[in-house]
Amino acid sequence: MDNRRPPRTVSDPKVRQVGFVTPGAAPPARYLSEAPTAAAASSPPSGDTGPPAISTSPVMIPPPRHSPSAPLAVPNPARRDSLQIQVGGYNAPEVLLESPPLTSPSSRMDDAVSQFSEDPAMSPCNGRSGAAKVASSFPGSSGEMMVMKAGIVGGGSNTPKSSWTTASVAKTRPGISEKERGAVVGMQNDGAGVSKTLKEKTTKAERRALQEAQRSAKAAAKESGAGVKLSAAPGGAVPANIKQGKVVKPPAQKKDGPQVANPSVSSEKKVVDRPPEKDRKKDVPPPRMQFDDIHRVEKAKRRAVVYQFEAKNRVELFRHLPQYIHGTQLPDLETKFFQLDPMHPSVYKVGLQYLSGNISGGNARCIAMLLAFREAIRDYSTPPEKALVRDLTAKISSYVSFLIECRPLSISMGNAIRFLKNRIAKLPDTMPESEVKSSLQSDIDRFINEKIVIADKVIIRHAVTKIRDGDVLLTYGLSCVVEMLLVYAHEVGKQFRVVIVDSRPKLEGQVLFHRLVAKGINCTYTHVNAISYIMHEVTLVFLGAASVLSNGTVYSRVGTACVAMVANAFRVPVLICCEAYKFHERVQLDSICSNELGDPDVISKVPGRKDLNHLDNRADIENLQLLNLTYDATPSDFVSMIITDYGMLPPSSVPVIVREYRRENLWI
Amino acid sequence: MWGRSASFLLDKRLRDQHPSLSSPSSSSPDSTMDLNPNPNHGVSAYYQTRAEHHAIVSSDWLAQAQAAVDREDDTALTERPHASAAVSLSASKPFSVIDEFNYWRKKPDLAEAVAAIMALAAVIRSCEATTMMELEIELKKASDTLKSWDTTSISLSAGCDLFMRYVTRTSAVEYEDFHAAKLRLIERGEKFGEISMKARRTIAMLGQDFVFDGCTILVHGFSRVVLEVLKLAASNRKLFRIFCTEGRPDKTGLRLSKELAALGVPVKLLIDSAVAYAMDEVDMVFVGADGVVESGGIINMMGTYQTALVAHSMNKPVYVAAESYKFARLYPLDQKDLEPALHPIDFGVPIPSGVEVETSARDYTPPQYLTLLFTDLGVLTPSVVSDELIQLYL
Repeated sequence: MDNRRPPRTVSDPKVRQVGFVTPGAAPPARYLSEAPTAAAASSPPSGDTGPPAISTSPVMIPPPRHSPSAPLAVPNPARRDSLQIQVGGYNAPEVLLESPPLTSPSSRMDDAVSQFSEDPAMSPCNGRSGAAKVASSFPGSSGEMMVMKAGIVGGGSNTPKSSWTTASVAKTRPGISEKERGAVVGMQNDGAGVSKTLKEKTTKAERRALQEAQRSAKAAAKESGAGVKLSAAPGGAVPANIKQGKVVKPPAQKKDGPQVANPSVSSEKKVVDRPPEKDRKKDVPPPRMQFDDIHRVEKAKRRAVVYQFEAKNRVELFRHLPQYIHGTQLPDLETKFFQLDPMHPSVYKVGLQYLSGNISGGNARCIAMLLAFREAIRDYSTPPEKALVRDLTAKISSYVSFLIECRPLSISMGNAIRFLKNRIAKLPDTMPESEVKSSLQSDIDRFINEKIVIADKVIIRHAVTKIRDGDVLLTYGLSCVVEMLLVYAHEVGKQFRVVIVDSRPKLEGQVLFHRLVAKGINCTYTHVNAISYIMHEVTLVFLGAASVLSNGTVYSRVGTACVAMVANAFRVPVLICCEAYKFHERVQLDSICSNELGDPDVISKVPGRKDLNHLDNRADIENLQLLNLTYDATPSDFVSMIITDYGMLPPSSVPVIVREYRRENLWI
Repeated sequence: MWGRSASFLLDKRLRDQHPSLSSPSSSSPDSTMDLNPNPNHGVSAYYQTRAEHHAIVSSDWLAQAQAAVDREDDTALTERPHASAAVSLSASKPFSVIDEFNYWRKKPDLAEAVAAIMALAAVIRSCEATTMMELEIELKKASDTLKSWDTTSISLSAGCDLFMRYVTRTSAVEYEDFHAAKLRLIERGEKFGEISMKARRTIAMLGQDFVFDGCTILVHGFSRVVLEVLKLAASNRKLFRIFCTEGRPDKTGLRLSKELAALGVPVKLLIDSAVAYAMDEVDMVFVGADGVVESGGIINMMGTYQTALVAHSMNKPVYVAAESYKFARLYPLDQKDLEPALHPIDFGVPIPSGVEVETSARDYTPPQYLTLLFTDLGVLTPSVVSDELIQLYL
């Protein structure tokens, strides 16, 4: 998580860097137990050599039983001697590096020798990690400051390029005078310590790079399908390997390296982590592409039918998401209409509608897609010497990837595609083609009918029981289920008032507002800015959802989380209306990992306000990034109830529905 | 209600004097719009039964005894089936579900859900349907009548739903013989009483593990299951202490303390408002439940919510003992989202005119304030309730 958020690491670079460079070190228990002792050990020198400011924190006051011995200067030389002897004897910088964190005040005094002889056995991890542990275990800013000072001391006395690890080690070694500390630092810098750790680092990095390259090669081979590009894939992977090596090395040598290198390393890792998942479950949709991976983006671009303009000035945190501006390439696509041989015209039409934004909303998009597939299946005929099941699946996959280019799939669409592919896969081989086609078409019809149309009706029947006379209902944006619910409740004769909360840039609430007012429902329209004001009078909040995830998280139009949280703060029940086919077994904790980016231009321009032109030439401003998110994740804590076609459920029951009905019902 | 008289006792007496007050409502019991077609208008039938079962030596009890002597109740009961028979389409049939239900309801050891299931089993026995479908329709009608007879009782409707569910599940299975299926259903219904007793024993076995030596348990309300748990714990030679809330207006605490004192368990009675005062000494809170709802929360006697809130804020565990047939497919969002079960309160003194009295007899405790539920399905966290309900009903 950290490495994908460089801006964060910048805020606290030194300590974080040290912590990050050592991968897989520092078992937490030790780290915690050592923190106080290390702090305590570092305080005695503050009496004779170190800066006095360090011991201001009460944590660093040494335990009373050692306090008489700490100020004494006498044991120090002895210890120093023993130390040097030990250094000479073991000639192992790792030991040197390792020992200070383990030095407790008592052992320092009495049995330094035995302690040193113990150390290597006790701590198999390398010195850097030990030092890093110390550095990162210092509480807060004082720890950082301490490290900084140590760095200055060490660097000033000996070499300008003293590393953080050595500096902190020098700091934490209590008994050594400044000069000697410098010497120790120098020795560490020149000697085997750094080079060895460095070597280990690079080998580790190389190993990882190699592994990644292999994996990505495998993934690429898989992606290119029948192995046509199999030969090209390793070729593509080798440069990546070389580059990896190059990229990873600097952090060990130059200390300002990691910030540049880490994101690329991590992103590379992220990307190639996915394919094994794909192996495990062969369901569609395929693993989400990480768009901060240059190679794969390039490859995808080459394949793409839709020419995608890339947004400029991308927001750092959301680089892994598709960054394209939609809706600008319509004419371009329209000219291609007759050239696209493999694409069925109805699919093409739906794709264009997604692209232009004519069809939006989870249900509408899903139904449009299914109907297009239905048409395509109707017009389908198996090419000679091909198996229907395989060819049709491939066809559908190509349609899906076209639709993804137009706009990323919603979870509802993903589930519908999964259903359809499953139906195709389960077809008996002996079935004649015409029968297959008709059965698939009726399956699609049934899915639309049962999972969407009737489900909505059931949801409305359930939800209307929760509306009492005199209620003030709040809804956000435009959800078709909520709209149907409000209209139905009005028809049934419930007395209620509706507050429609809306937000820029989509202003979908206005559509709902107009429709409800036309029906004669009493409405209030406001923007999300006024949510905390309006929430006082609200008695129930009804929200729609794009998806509900396994941990009860509601994934919905951006702004929903805000509304739900305010409602929760005002103790207003939040009811989510969502059809069960939109449930997904994924777990998501934030809105960053998976989301969709909208056109940034939309939020920079306010229609009808020519005077607000401050962001007009935003592409020229380098440090300006606009973020137009489409979805957000509402934690289940803020949701009182989820109303589905299986009844009214607590958010904790979503996995039950997913578990019980995924197998039997969704695949009918 | 309170406008007419100050107390439950007076209320009852008044009604006894003026049977005309109650007769119009009892003459049309099948009109589902009527909340409580039973004669004691304004008193939830569920709480009536409870009052009868948990006979408390109090003014209420004396009044009920008086009423029983007068056989006022019985005339009302006999009157009702006749009226329903007259109105209902199947006038030729002398059998009535409600009659049957009331018969079973009178048995002190039988839970209301069990009584409902017994009544429905009796419906099966007496009905002349020749196909499963007919039987189902008949049953559905009967269970709807039962439910509408007392809309406030959760366990009644849950029991009906459960049995209906069982019947539909059975009918889904292809039986070669209708009579075999019918017998099977009847047998199932008869067995349900045993099952309910067994459930109570299972819960006692599970729950008594949570009672440790030297602990202090706060009990709110009178629940047969909780009593069973405590009984078993006491018979296992566990040494513990009970704090009983008084449980106004039913004085459930008096009854419970009497039972526990007979077992030799040290008991202390608290007034209901002393819960927070005593909570420091308490190690755990035990409550029963009228109904367990889908969210995992419980509906129980008034005061459970505040007890749970106090316990939660002091980090004391709240344990609920409830049989699984009390699980209901309800999802209240707040206190007002329930069918109100009214229960007049005897304040002992006349209430000044123009003063309103909250007569609701129960409240809803949200799941976040409950620690565990002891059920015959096992010891569950509140979130599992929905899981079980989904598996049961879907």
